[in-house]
Amino acid sequence: MWRERIPPDVSLRQAAYLQKRKLRKYTILTIQILLLFLFFVLWEIAAQKRWIDPFLCSSPSEIWATATEMIKNGMLWTHIGTTLAETAIGFLLGTLIGTLTAILLWWNRFVCDVAEPYLVVLNALPKTALAPIIIVWLGNGKTSIIVVALLTSVVVTIMTVLNGFLQVDEEKIKLVRIFGGTKFQVLQKIVFPANIPIIVNALKINVGLSFVGVIVGEFLVAQSGLGFLIIYGSQTFKLSWVLMSVVILAILAALLYQAISILEKQILKKRV
Amino acid sequence: MLPMVSFEDVSLSYHSPDGETRAVSHLSFSVSEGEFVTIVGPSGCGKSSILSMLAGLFKPSFGKISVNGNIGYMLQKDHLLEWRTIRRNAQLGLELQGKLNAENIAFVDDMLNQYGLGEFKNRFPSELSGGMRQRVALIRTLAVRPDILLLDEPFSALDYQTRLSVSDEIGTIIRKEKKTAILVSHDISEAISLSDRVFVLSGRPAKLKKIHDIILSVDDRTPIKAREAPEFRDYFNTIWKELDVHVA
Repeated sequence: MWRERIPPDVSLRQAAYLQKRKLRKYTILTIQILLLFLFFVLWEIAAQKRWIDPFLCSSPSEIWATATEMIKNGMLWTHIGTTLAETAIGFLLGTLIGTLTAILLWWNRFVCDVAEPYLVVLNALPKTALAPIIIVWLGNGKTSIIVVALLTSVVVTIMTVLNGFLQVDEEKIKLVRIFGGTKFQVLQKIVFPANIPIIVNALKINVGLSFVGVIVGEFLVAQSGLGFLIIYGSQTFKLSWVLMSVVILAILAALLYQAISILEKQILKKRV
Repeated sequence: MLPMVSFEDVSLSYHSPDGETRAVSHLSFSVSEGEFVTIVGPSGCGKSSILSMLAGLFKPSFGKISVNGNIGYMLQKDHLLEWRTIRRNAQLGLELQGKLNAENIAFVDDMLNQYGLGEFKNRFPSELSGGMRQRVALIRTLAVRPDILLLDEPFSALDYQTRLSVSDEIGTIIRKEKKTAILVSHDISEAISLSDRVFVLSGRPAKLKKIHDIILSVDDRTPIKAREAPEFRDYFNTIWKELDVHVA
């Protein structure tokens, strides 16, 4: 008799559990949105009531006014476009060149051993320290910015991807050799496909690193882009320019990260 | 008739920073066509090195190895690639040898169907049991139509129950396909149940201690039936003593 009562009871409890989970999820989301809203409202009130100096801290309404004006004259899109394009080229090139170099080092273990200490030092070195030199060498322009962005991501890509390559099970490599496979086939059939998740993950990390490189590059080159808006705004005390650029940067970083996450899911779904 | 495999006074040493290790010492034997031979020996005695040399993965330090035919090698683990379907895993060897044509694809599909994997063709390895995975590995090996099969403890990664049924299955498949097979194992009963001859090796460096012709009085000799033969126990005890296992 009691057996018959269990299923509806359990599913009821399951429903309650699911309901609780859902509620928790929505509560968190609501609080997150409220916090953001509250932050902007407080900022606005503080500026209006002069609790803070609006000349130094700007205010959401002023930022909004600046943004709409810049949208009207088209300036904003140019700057966002510049920064986005430089960042995208930077992290794509960084991942591509990093992966190719990792393949090269995997292929020739001797070169890999020779290169190791240099890679370790380069990895620890703050790459943005090289930005002024790059600008002196390659000129005051976009090329330099892209190269700085690329430099920030390329070394760490080499290190992580190479590490992934070297951790592939030796027995799986033996499997290819047993069938008379070549070293290229080991790479093509085993080592590379086994490391696709690591490469996609490197891409994800490189988005953030590339942004750092681009902004620092734009600070120094100072021609266009959000980095230029920030440095120009701060030098001319247009704090609304600076803060607007920072807010836009935050939005762009979040969007790009999301885009790569979706790409990652798509790629991994095909594999498993 | 030429033997399928022959070893003439083969020795092998490994080199490492800690020194030179002698793995195999003055080994001579031959295996003829269609024969199932098992090499048993204490663990770490260099059994796997013998197969690696046969497969041409490395050369012996001294002596001569002749192989008369194509080699197929089955490793301890199935090593199925998780990102490939069962079908594409079974085709891996053909792909590596550039022999992936319509005829061979049909051959692989036939084997998958025949050995109960037909409906799993488009599944991924993670969805299969250990025994099924090992069967896929065997099909991957058989797909390149080897004349000689090398089996490096292919059942050792399985639990005991699965191990018995998989070794029975795979032993039967190999006999049905009339392949010459060399199995490396440390499991004495597995060796007796599967083989025509059992080679007993000494501890490292591996030397040939004894060769047993396994003659069992059972009709229809499948590996499981072989275990019921009256001679089974005698072979087991003799080989057990020769292996000289000391349990500390």
